[in-house]
Amino acid sequence: MRIALFITCLNDAMFPKAGIATVTLLERLGHQVHFPQEQTCCGQMHANSGYAVAARQLEQLTSSVFGGADAIVSPSGSCVAHLRAHTALPVYELSELLVDVLGVTEVGARFAHRVTYHPTCHGLRLLRLGDKPLRLLRAVEGLELVELPDADQCCGFGGTFALKNSGVSGAMLDDKCANAAETGAEYLAAADNSCLAHIGGGLARRPGAPKPIHYAEILAS
Amino acid sequence: MTGSAQPRRVVALGMPRHATGPLAAPITAPEPFADAAARKLKDTQLRANLGHATRTIRDKRAAVVAEVDDWEALRDRAAAVKDDVIARLPELLARFASAATAAGATVHHAADAQQANDIVLGLVQAEQADRVVKVKSMTTQEIGLNEVLEAAGIAAIETDLAELIVQLAHDKPSHILVPAIHYNRSQIRDLFALRMPGFAADSDDPAQLAGAARRYLREQFLSAQVGVCGANFAVAETGSLVIVESEGNGRMCLTLPRTLIAVVGIEKLVPHMADLGDFLRLLPRSSTGERMNPYTSIFTGVTPGDGPQQLHIVLLDNGRGAVAADPVGKQALRCIRCSACLNVCPVYERVGGHAYGSVYPGPIGAILSPQLTGQQAGHNRSLPYASTLCGACYDVCPVKINIPEILVHLRQTGPKPLAERQLMSALSWVMRDRRRWKAALRAARAGSAPLRLMTRRRGHTLRRAPWPLSAWTAHRDAPLPAQESFRDWWRRTHE
Ligand code: SF4
Repeated sequence: MRIALFITCLNDAMFPKAGIATVTLLERLGHQVHFPQEQTCCGQMHANSGYAVAARQLEQLTSSVFGGADAIVSPSGSCVAHLRAHTALPVYELSELLVDVLGVTEVGARFAHRVTYHPTCHGLRLLRLGDKPLRLLRAVEGLELVELPDADQCCGFGGTFALKNSGVSGAMLDDKCANAAETGAEYLAAADNSCLAHIGGGLARRPGAPKPIHYAEILAS
Repeated sequence: MTGSAQPRRVVALGMPRHATGPLAAPITAPEPFADAAARKLKDTQLRANLGHATRTIRDKRAAVVAEVDDWEALRDRAAAVKDDVIARLPELLARFASAATAAGATVHHAADAQQANDIVLGLVQAEQADRVVKVKSMTTQEIGLNEVLEAAGIAAIETDLAELIVQLAHDKPSHILVPAIHYNRSQIRDLFALRMPGFAADSDDPAQLAGAARRYLREQFLSAQVGVCGANFAVAETGSLVIVESEGNGRMCLTLPRTLIAVVGIEKLVPHMADLGDFLRLLPRSSTGERMNPYTSIFTGVTPGDGPQQLHIVLLDNGRGAVAADPVGKQALRCIRCSACLNVCPVYERVGGHAYGSVYPGPIGAILSPQLTGQQAGHNRSLPYASTLCGACYDVCPVKINIPEILVHLRQTGPKPLAERQLMSALSWVMRDRRRWKAALRAARAGSAPLRLMTRRRGHTLRRAPWPLSAWTAHRDAPLPAQESFRDWWRRTHE
């Protein structure tokens, strides 16, 4: 299957590893990945920060760049949710593509580590990913999955919320990090690098706490 | 007055108006949410009380909601009934007013808080009453009725236990349903000992505390001539009011005084008595986590020789007409004030209700207060930002109000700081063209190269950054741009 990749602005600039892993994984599964170079940003950040006009322009840009694609994959739950709500694009979060479209849960990965998983809010409540990412992780050879206490609680990122309500965001982050540390996991995985940047920034200040990782990187290993 | 007084003509809604003026204070944040929240965060006792209480109610709710097989269908039906009401407000208000009048009630229309307070004060003064007993009501809090009555020398006695606690403490409620959620029981015992006449209890056992409050309130019920209430629902076809409560204090207020005054928001309407069934299943499970609430009172007009002999119903607009005219925001008028959204909100859980600066706190407050007053009022424009858009509120709302959608809508239609506008527009300009985007990626990488070098031992995260990024690094390390962007990697490996 020929699959177009929407990398997202954040992954492109800051976390290319999630995109590289997505490409590596899909190619390993025998699919052809295609990267339209005109893409930049889906408009979510502008929309949620209150900038409707800019958001509409970026949504339109993304629509036209990906128009005609049969399937678009993106390693970001919140951007997929945004595009699904505001465009007609056939866009899938990675676990949706793998489990629902391609029908695989066993992707031939090996990752011999203790891992806990944070289901980000938009993955949980907008995309209803449910246990799809977990099914993929459970099938990884050597991986020990440990449950994150209060997993469904928001980590406190919320885009500009992290800046505008920095204190409340920090209090939510503290609880998330404490729960993550309690698992004794080596890695905290998630499907969205925006939340991971925030959680990882908190974990970095706790010696011995799990390291943040995009779950695509685990699946590609 | 009943029968002889002409009910005021039902006025069509006319030009929608926001709630304005000094009497909009109870729903106007006096300071930015972030400032109030930062202060509340420091109160560790408050955080512990709230964390414990919200978690308990949250779990109870989840358990009883899971028992109902057709919960989603119930939500859909209830939302549809309310949407129909919002679309036909003038018509249904007229129907309600004529049915209630025919049953012996007197119906008044108040465009704003000032009018509503004037009407109620006039009625109480006409009775020459020096006190009123009150059933917990958000609407009377919204218009600041107690303060207005007290200024005129009339005591307004809250009879709901938690409201009483808050009133004795000269405090403000911090939760719609559990107004004293920010108190624990030893704090309550101390308060009663200090302020409740005749209080005697040697422990903070909840049963003893409730018993003391009951003895105190009994005297008030038996001596008051005027009762004041709100309503959970108003049935248009019959002119009936519905009040749902847990303690039985409401029923005392509704039956013992000679005169009863109900202040009812115009969105409380439902068209038919039969519509109540769904709502009465949704409300208790969502609010207290009970399968059914202990007391449901449905009353229509007056009955000679039985209960209050005068019933005044004040139908309050106070900005609701303006909300009904907003295609996205109008969903907020579906709200049945169950407070489920507060109990699941991670922001509310950490800062409590007072940080929202309005009698409507939490997610519903963040969308309702700025809509009722208009976003220019006080600091209400800061409320739509008091959320991570995590969506937990939307998931639990029994009438399916898409709170995150309204929050985003209010952000998009509200005022924003100039510097932020400039930054966001520069960013979108860069992002609208891939060459500009690519150049920006390269520039960011070059600019951050020294920082990468400095932070290599920490895995390239930045511990301290200058303003405005200092708001980020105050609580977490900041990531640095990657050494090679994804698109550069793609070019190198796939082209
Ligand atoms: S918005 Fe929904 S969940 Fe919140 S109080 Fe109103 S009805 Fe309840």
